[in-house]
Amino acid sequence: MKKKLLGLLLTAAMAATLLAGCGGGDTPASGSSTGAKTYALVTKSAGNPFNEKEAEGFKQAVEAMGGTPVIQHPEAATADAQITVIQSLISQKVDSICIAANDENALQAALEEAKAAGIKICSVDSTVNTASRQVHVNQAGVNEIGQCLVDAVYDLTGGEGQWAIVSATSQAANQNAWIESMKEIIASDSKYANLELVEVAYGDDEPQKSTDVTQALLTNYPDLKVICAPTTVGIAAAAKVLQDQGSSVKLTGLGLPSEMAEYIGDDDAHSCPYMFLWNPIDLGRLGAYTSIALVNGDATGAAGEKFTAGDMGEYEIVTAGDGGTEIILGAPFKFDPSNIEEWKSVY
Amino acid sequence: MEKKSIWKKITGSREASLVIVLVLLCILVTIKNPAFLTVQNFMEILKNNAVIMIMALGMLCVLLTGGIDISITSTLALAGMTVGMLYKYNVIESTLLGFVIAIAIGTLCGLIIGLIIAKGKVIPIIATMGFMYIYRGLAYLVAQDQWAGADALGRFKDFALESYLGFGVLNNVIVITILCYIVFFILMKWTKFGRNIYAVGSNEEAAQISGINVSNVKIAVYTIMGALAGLCGALATSIYASAQPNMQTSKEMDVIAACVIGGVSMKGGRGSVICALLGALVLSVIGKALPLVGIDAIAQNTIKGVIIIVVIVLNVLTQRMMDKANLAKREI
Repeated sequence: MKKKLLGLLLTAAMAATLLAGCGGGDTPASGSSTGAKTYALVTKSAGNPFNEKEAEGFKQAVEAMGGTPVIQHPEAATADAQITVIQSLISQKVDSICIAANDENALQAALEEAKAAGIKICSVDSTVNTASRQVHVNQAGVNEIGQCLVDAVYDLTGGEGQWAIVSATSQAANQNAWIESMKEIIASDSKYANLELVEVAYGDDEPQKSTDVTQALLTNYPDLKVICAPTTVGIAAAAKVLQDQGSSVKLTGLGLPSEMAEYIGDDDAHSCPYMFLWNPIDLGRLGAYTSIALVNGDATGAAGEKFTAGDMGEYEIVTAGDGGTEIILGAPFKFDPSNIEEWKSVY
Repeated sequence: MEKKSIWKKITGSREASLVIVLVLLCILVTIKNPAFLTVQNFMEILKNNAVIMIMALGMLCVLLTGGIDISITSTLALAGMTVGMLYKYNVIESTLLGFVIAIAIGTLCGLIIGLIIAKGKVIPIIATMGFMYIYRGLAYLVAQDQWAGADALGRFKDFALESYLGFGVLNNVIVITILCYIVFFILMKWTKFGRNIYAVGSNEEAAQISGINVSNVKIAVYTIMGALAGLCGALATSIYASAQPNMQTSKEMDVIAACVIGGVSMKGGRGSVICALLGALVLSVIGKALPLVGIDAIAQNTIKGVIIIVVIVLNVLTQRMMDKANLAKREI
């Protein structure tokens, strides 16, 4: 009886493995030994224009270098969904996985399993912990973003007064790193001594909750001058609240040009004079070139290594704030009334 | 004598205790932050929670028949995203047409669910779980990895800003919400269809024997739920000036919670439009109040859960006390 059960279980397990191997739909299952290498990109979730542009850049770069790109969008923006995707990529025997993590630590087991299978791992956009990756492709250094946002707040407040932050969730690793960096920059320079950060509110990247917290900021702090929202959903919701109420509070942060076009302007009728973001296409391309360098052996992920990222030029791997290593794409890009019309159709 | 009987009528109703709890909640918040008690604030509450409040009406009907529908926010996203894309690519311009299309999509989505549940005899939670994925997936397909932002929505987003339906006083969104509540109040209280819904939920077999077409009633409630979800898809797109395929994900729990807090039975047969309204208001007030009273952001979800439990317990206790008092009076 026991043997029969064991046999049944084994058969089921084999069938499951076979099925998993076939899964993934649009992906050609190629062995690492023959022909073109396959480079996988796992985004945060499906249906987000930023992720889509990132994937587009990744695909372009991999194809330009003669490789096969595998783009996977998990069905939800959760670590669970990404683990499922990583496991199917391991059974497809891809050569590298480049991942925009939904959770810094939760993916460790799955990624270590991939590493043990000989797959090169790098993270892009939002990092995984140092044990899970070889190198992180950073859209902009944490401190560059922090400095950029603090300067924007300094400029918009006129150098003094109350300001607040509308963030995504309280656990979002990148959000927290940027907020922490902004606080440090303000504390370290007496130039910013008159800026008073009154509250960090969390809108959970939901329009409804972001609206509630923005309205609460306006009610609780009548002297508020500036809101800084370093998240795409939060900044759009805050922009709408401020603009609809005709509030004198100004907004800056990180946002998508297509979502924010309506709110960007220098006059009183617009709530956001300018904001920042990086170029997701370039980010995807750099992720691809990094994957290729790791697979070819041009780089191993150690600090100090240099490699050529196709037509993007030479990049150097540096030590990251968390003790691991990273590659920094560049400074964030500023969107203002002069260029928003051009960029809103891009992404 | 007259006065006493009115008092009895008020205290005897299931809803009275919840009104007391709701008023208490508002008083507590106002003590912590006087800015809470302003007309503008309550208008913001109604507008920012219109979607939950309207869908609670559909969920009421579904719960009354002993069913449940967890696919509603997927239907909402599909309808909202479709309309959003139609505006983005300038296929349509009229605001009214946008609403009609969204409601039509929602109605169709609901009808399919109703047919599967009533004719296919599939358990509602399983059937709607399937459609939760199907409709959400379709919303992603429609979106084609794009969002429809404020710039793309053109005049459609102005609907949620203007108040021409409310004669310049009440915001359009709030007017739509109130209209929905009036229609459903009449529907559930004074029409044969409304009584049939209660009958099916109280005792399905008895309803069947007494000549009610149970499967038609079931199809109807899921279709109504779908139509409301479709309407809310258009509303949410207009209110937030943004259509995203992951719109309102997991908010179906808030809608179900609103009904349950209001005292709607999940076993069917018990609950009213006022129940749904009060439950939705409690949730809305909590959502608005938490950031206002200065509770640490990380603790907010925990506090929200605690308040919900306290409200339900208080509601049960006050109701029991009232029942007891009324019974005592009767004995005298």
